[in-house]
Amino acid sequence: MIGILLARGMLIGILAGVFAFGVATLIGEPSVDRAIAFESAHGHDHPEGGRQDETVPHEHAAPEHAGPDVGHHHHHAAEAGDEEEELFSRATQGGWGLLTGLVVYGAAVGGLFALTYAYAQGRMGALGPRGLAATLAVLGFLAIVLVPGFKYPANPPAVGDPDTIRQRTALFFILLILSVAAMGGAVVCARRLAGRWGGWNAGLAGGALFLAVMVAAGFVLPTVDEVPVTFPAQLLWQFRLASWGIQAALWAALGLGFGGLCQAAQERDAQALRRGDRPALF
Amino acid sequence: MAIAATHSGTSVALPVISGAQLLPWAVFGGLLLVLMVYFVGAEQGATSLIQGREVHEFVHDARHLLGFPCH
Repeated sequence: MIGILLARGMLIGILAGVFAFGVATLIGEPSVDRAIAFESAHGHDHPEGGRQDETVPHEHAAPEHAGPDVGHHHHHAAEAGDEEEELFSRATQGGWGLLTGLVVYGAAVGGLFALTYAYAQGRMGALGPRGLAATLAVLGFLAIVLVPGFKYPANPPAVGDPDTIRQRTALFFILLILSVAAMGGAVVCARRLAGRWGGWNAGLAGGALFLAVMVAAGFVLPTVDEVPVTFPAQLLWQFRLASWGIQAALWAALGLGFGGLCQAAQERDAQALRRGDRPALF
Repeated sequence: MAIAATHSGTSVALPVISGAQLLPWAVFGGLLLVLMVYFVGAEQGATSLIQGREVHEFVHDARHLLGFPCH
């Protein structure tokens, strides 16, 4: 049972990754290309000593990371003048590379989604397969993409100082783990309270708990602002919107596709049971 | 939520899978799946399991567009 769900989730995740690739090609790649064009025009004013016009409060304690040759393997085709040549062409990065990344990510998220679904089924009230999968996909998108993204949003090439990649990566994953834990806690709380308070009030309480934890985290964790002052605001906005759009497409395809497959399987099982056959596997 | 469980038409109640049954899947499957996310999202960025820049450069666009810190 669990193995079937896992396989189903990863399969749908792969398809969701392919779908997200289509969306990314349409709405994401133009912004990436424009950001790289900006980087090639301005890339060489990243001085080793950091950019004074930007504020990274948490980073004052880290000048030791800013050694002369740390992290400045800036690598886009743009910086052809640098000592390192590009490993992959832009066409490869935006084609097979993007597809591979999205498909592997989709398969992984699909698998984790399926394991979560396996635990949640029968424990989330009256929801059928489609309702449960859609609900989990919405909660997953909120907890993994949207809400942490308000604090640490996606950044296009040319945004972000390579010297702070360690801090930024650590902060990103700390917030991500906290967000997933807060969502898990909120759902468990809502389930516990549902018997006494009713579904609506329990759901609101769970939502309030998640929101409170994330707002507190937003205030406690340091702000990262490494957008070059001359970076076009419109381009940054378009890139971040595209990033959310791609993730939304992936999660929507995952939730609806997985729910659809589970619903179909359940109906086949019910029919087989009525006929007295063994339940079908897939 | 649980109170309204009776009028869902044709759909049969979903079977509960016990935590003990799920645990090995969650541990081993979960670990592998998280490793997959790591390779797309962070390998050869802040941390490196494999020498070089190939992984980072190949999934570069996906990493940016999925919202991971890239470089």
